[in-house]
Amino acid sequence: METKESTILLRIQSNLDYTELVESLTIDLTTLAGCTSDQAYFIEMSIREIVSNAIQHGNKCDRGKFVEIEYRFDREKFQVQIEDEGNGFDFNHLPDPCNSENLLKSSGRGIFLVRSFMDDFSLDYIPNQGTRVRFSKKLGG
Amino acid sequence: MTILANIRKVEGVQIVDLTGRITIGEETSVLRETLKTLLQNNHTRVLLNLADVTYIDSSGLGELVNGFTNFNRQGGKLKLLNLTKKVHDLLSITKLLTVFEVFEDEAKAIQSLQ
Repeated sequence: METKESTILLRIQSNLDYTELVESLTIDLTTLAGCTSDQAYFIEMSIREIVSNAIQHGNKCDRGKFVEIEYRFDREKFQVQIEDEGNGFDFNHLPDPCNSENLLKSSGRGIFLVRSFMDDFSLDYIPNQGTRVRFSKKLGG
Repeated sequence: MTILANIRKVEGVQIVDLTGRITIGEETSVLRETLKTLLQNNHTRVLLNLADVTYIDSSGLGELVNGFTNFNRQGGKLKLLNLTKKVHDLLSITKLLTVFEVFEDEAKAIQSLQ
């Protein structure tokens, strides 16, 4: 049977207050996609982490810059793409937060958690243009 | 604001009952200020009761680590009580279970701080 894919695009100003709005929409969409509560939790948390990163570290909370969140899902897969307009983010030089020398650091766990929770994860950065993060979760529908 | 912190004292140990979410923004500030105030008042034996904490993000984890470090620096102890499965899994994935002492029994946790 052919599955129908849904696509929703959300564009927000770089304001951390809007992470709640993103979360509300994500909850509705994971319900619509038929996610289990664990799948929904992992997706919500991953989106929250990347959107917070995009606003804070990508766009540096500049309210003249935006973050775009694209949701694509069907009964089998929930895919997310998040883009900021920042200066770019070099994923290859992120320290491993689980190394003993980093365990007591207060930051640096967000992307690690998303990679742990999702089935696919990729990050592209273009210096001075922005960062695009893509990840997905299989729903086993 | 989606977190509440209630402090009670049992056998000389300060127990902080947290309710809600520890996420980026005001919620992590509440945790930070609560722990800072306890240290400023020389309350150096503290249990964070996370039984009613439904959600912690990476900023919340960072704030827990900050608290742990600050208490250690001042010769104090900050320990965790009653983790939900999700929070336990989060601490496990990030290897923070190797940093924090975690208890399921309040009496045993208090005893460990005597």
